[in-house]
This record gives sequence, structure tokens and C-alpha cells, in this order.
Amino acid sequence: MKNTEAIEPTKELKISSPPTGFQVIAREFMKDKLAMFSLISLIIVIGGIYIWATQIDQTQLMRISLRDKLAAPGDKFWLGADKGGRDILGQLIIGARNSLNIAIAVTVITSIIGVAIGLVTGYFGGWIDNIFMRIIDFFITIPSLMIIIVFVSIIPKYSIIEFIMIMSLFLWVGTARLIRSKALSESRRDYISASKTLGTRNFTIIFKEMMPNLSSILIVEMTLNFAGNVGLETGLSYLGFGLPPSTPSLGTLVSYANDPYIMENAWWNWLPASLLILLLMLGINYVGQAIRRSADARQRLG
Amino acid sequence: MWKTIIRRVLVMIPQLFVLSLLIFIMAKFMPGDPFTGLITPETDPARIEELRIKAGFYDPWYVQYVNWIGNAFQGDFGRSYTFNVPVSNLIGDRALNTLWLALLSTFLLYLIAIPLGVLAGRFQDSFLDKSIVFYSFIVYAIPTFVLGLINLFFFGYELGWFPTSGTVDIKYDSGTAGYLWSKFYHILLPAITYALLATTGVIQYLRTEVIDSKSMDYVRTAKSKGIPINKVYSRHIFRNSLLPIAAFLGFTITGLLGGSIFIETIFGYPGMGQLFIQSVNGRDYSVITALVMLFGFLTLLGSLLSDIIMSIVDPRIRID
Repeated sequence: MKNTEAIEPTKELKISSPPTGFQVIAREFMKDKLAMFSLISLIIVIGGIYIWATQIDQTQLMRISLRDKLAAPGDKFWLGADKGGRDILGQLIIGARNSLNIAIAVTVITSIIGVAIGLVTGYFGGWIDNIFMRIIDFFITIPSLMIIIVFVSIIPKYSIIEFIMIMSLFLWVGTARLIRSKALSESRRDYISASKTLGTRNFTIIFKEMMPNLSSILIVEMTLNFAGNVGLETGLSYLGFGLPPSTPSLGTLVSYANDPYIMENAWWNWLPASLLILLLMLGINYVGQAIRRSADARQRLG
Repeated sequence: MWKTIIRRVLVMIPQLFVLSLLIFIMAKFMPGDPFTGLITPETDPARIEELRIKAGFYDPWYVQYVNWIGNAFQGDFGRSYTFNVPVSNLIGDRALNTLWLALLSTFLLYLIAIPLGVLAGRFQDSFLDKSIVFYSFIVYAIPTFVLGLINLFFFGYELGWFPTSGTVDIKYDSGTAGYLWSKFYHILLPAITYALLATTGVIQYLRTEVIDSKSMDYVRTAKSKGIPINKVYSRHIFRNSLLPIAAFLGFTITGLLGGSIFIETIFGYPGMGQLFIQSVNGRDYSVITALVMLFGFLTLLGSLLSDIIMSIVDPRIRID
């Protein structure tokens, strides 16, 4: 009798061991059908775009043929053609791929910079923290959209790489501030002090012990930033300060609507791109919200 | 209280200084110079050269910077080279247009967001609450220019309910009632678009605020005194939840400025945002530098305003 009682708790302990981060997220998605639906449609749409884009010959696509100027949707062009007689559907696919690529690159770069700066300033505090906080305060208060636009207009030789660099230069700040505040409270915890007492190197503490505990916040931040970056890139391209006009982009397609004639009479030029942006933004944001809920035990549904 | 404000203002000065330095150096890197636009086949290159020397084009950059900032302090940002008028006059006209748009947007924003936020909080977890939360998520996720274009297309072009560009019909004389109405009518669609996009913050804040207040002692006291439930919400909870919302005002200004670049471009509304895009395209750098400085200043002013309201409402965040 006594023996079984001794075993019971350990058994119980095994069953109720806290679920891993991935399991929590999976459970949240099982519970929230709309989030599941968003996730699956996002995977299908984004996967479809990348696979389809490999099948499109870009030089062929961007060849101007005035005979097909503003052709309506039909057998030759499923979604019609633009002012230069170029297929809208092809531009939509290539443009979406370019926009996604840029958003992914910017998200990865800003996360790396933001996490590194956030962790170091939050962990060490003191004068390092002071200096970086002044820099971050400055970046937050400047009208960054305007400065990005001015930057884009002064770069002489300009391509996707430069564009990614310029966007990243102004967008690491939010992540850095968030990670810093979390690292600041994390660095006061007992396990960090214990590790310090044992003589672990700072580098090891920051990146091997502290960072894994911030990973759920980081995933949420990255997802929402990704959505934000898709919006910002397409917005800048819409204004004419994003990708060079020779490279198809969702924003460039939407900017065809600036011509009132096209806006009114050739909706197939700009509406599909607008709707695709809308779809991507809603999907990514909804998935991001679901992950955010699962990272916070009080808000979880599952 | 005053200590807090003065401290915040003092912090603003170095920030504006660094911003001015940054934007000045960027303007120097812009291809061409203010006189490129004046070159026609008839102009004598020597005359252009003379103008350049006279304008201090060949001075060291720090001398140029000091001259520029000195003039800027006296409200003189130079001349616009595409419009050929003083920058301050040019911005003055446009700023007024942006101001009207901003005022109407802010008014509509609170008109839409306050009832929705209170209702969502009051009927927490009901179908109404879920719909409002879903609505606020959708407008949060839509990029400004996409919603702007879709609104313009459906309400402006397809349904023809709203004018599609400009600030006023030319057929009205200034000062008449028709003129004012036409002006209002032109601002309405851009203002609604902006107001819808900005509602998320206020709705979510108000909703949590109302939900938190529900379990407070003062609400329980009011309820047990026998005050009708509607009155508890309209008098007690609403008033307490509204104060923090006032602090949003500053951030609303900041958000509006960023959004004005898109909204004004889409709706062909001649405000500061549209002027900015036009002057970047025209390389009109005296206008660009002035606008970036002005937007930077207004952004700082917005966050200062929020902090001041916040410190009036919540004494804990004052620095003493």
C-alpha cells in the first residue's frame, strides 16, 4: 500500500509536466478554428506564390506590348493587363514573392539586431543601457517614414538589398526596446544570480540561459513585425519609394490606382493586389495574435 | 508636475538638434542642387554659378548648417524651388488643410471608438463584444493605403457619394455656407478612413479599462446603493475610464501625421503629407527639410502632450 502511494505522485508528475512551447501553441490553434484556418490558408497562399513564381519568366513578363494595353481579364490574361500590356497575374505572383522576401529579410535582420542590443542592454544595465536607451528614444521620436523616403530618394544605385538595409536601419528599435524591458526583469531572477555565482560567462548566461526564456515573446514579436513589414514595404512601393519600378511589387501594382482612369475603368489593375495585401495582413496578424495569446497563460483559450 | 514638463522639454532639445543635423546632411546628399531646376537653354552657366556662390553653396557644410538653423529659428526655411514661394508660406497653407483633416478625424475617431469600447467592456464575452473585438482587429491589420483606396473606389467612384479629390468645389465663393459645406464634404471620406483605422487602440484600451473597473470597490458600492445599472456605467465607470483615454490624444496626433502621407496622396488632398511626397519627387530640399523638422517637432509635442495628460491623471508617474 505504502509503496504504491509513493509511486503515484511521480506518475502524476510525469503526466502534468508543463507542456512545451510548441504544444501550447498547437493547442491554441486547435481551439481557435479561425486561427487554424488563417494559418492553413497562409501556408497555401505563400507556398503557392513561391512555387508559381519559379514558373514565371520575369524578362518575358515585363516585356511591353502596347497591343494589349489595359486588356480586360480573359483567356489570354486571366487578370488582364496593365498600361504596358503586361500580364497582371504574373506581376502579382512575382510582386508578392518580392514583397514577402523583403519582409522576411527585414524581419530577420531587425530581430537579430534588436535581440542582441535588447539582451545586452537589459542584462548589463548601467551606462551601456543609458547610451542605447538615448539612441532608441531618438529613433522612436523621429518621423521614420519620412526619413526612409528621403533616404530612398538619395541612394544613387538602388536595388532590393539597399532597400532592405534602409528599412532595417529604422525598424530594429521596437524589438530592442521590448527585449530590453523583458531582459531587465529576467536578469533579476534567481537563476541568473545563481549562474553568476557559479562563475558562468556573461555571454553564456545571456544567450544560452536568458534567451530561451524570451523565445515565446520573440516569436510573437517576429510574426507581428513580419505583417508590419509587408504593410510598410507595399506602402512605400505604393508611394513610389520602394522597389525600383522595373521590379514588380504588390505596392507598385496598387499604385496604378493613382491614375483616376485606371481606378475607375480598369479595376483588375489594382484591386487584386490590394486584396492580396489585405489577405496577407489579416492572416499573418491573426496567426500572430493566436501565438501571442498562447504565450500569455492568462489569455489562453486552450 | 512642472518639473516633469520642464524635464521633458529639455530632453526634446537634443533630440531635435540631432534630427536637424541628420536631415541637413541627408539633404546635402540629394542629387542636384536647388539651382538645377532653374537651368533652361537660355540661362548662362556663369549666372547659375554666381547664384550658387551667393547662396553659400560652396561654404563648408557646418557653416551652411549654422546659417540654415539660424534662419529656421526665425521661421525662415528658405524658398521652395518648384513653387517659387517662401517655404513657410507654402507649408502654412497646407498645414491648415492637414489641421482640419486631423481635427475631424480625431472627432470621428472618438465618436466611433468610445461607444464601441464601453459596450464591448460592459457586455464582456457576448456576441457584441466578440464582434467589436473582431472589428478592431480587422482595422488594425488593414494597411492605410489599402483601406483608403478601397473606400475611394467604392464610395467615391462606384457609388459616387463623395468627391474623389481636392478640398473644395471651385463653383463656390469663399466664405459662403456652400463653400464651407463643400470643404467639409471633401474632408469627410479621408477623415472617416483615418478614424476607422485608428479606432483599435482606443477601443481596446477602453474595453480593458471598463472590465477592470467592474470589480472595483466603488462600483460595488454604487451598485449596492441601488443606483440603476445604466447609471453606474454612464456616470461612474465611464468617467473613470475616460481619463486615460484622453492621454491617447497625443499619440493620435503622432499617428495622424504618419498616416497623412498616405491618406492625402490617395484622396488628392493638398495637405502637408501630399506636399512632402511632391517635394521629394521634385527634389525641393528646402521644403523637405522644413517638413521633416516640423513633423519631428509635432511628434515630440504629441508624446509630450500625452505625458502631461498622463501625469495629471495619474500622479504616480510624476518625477519629483
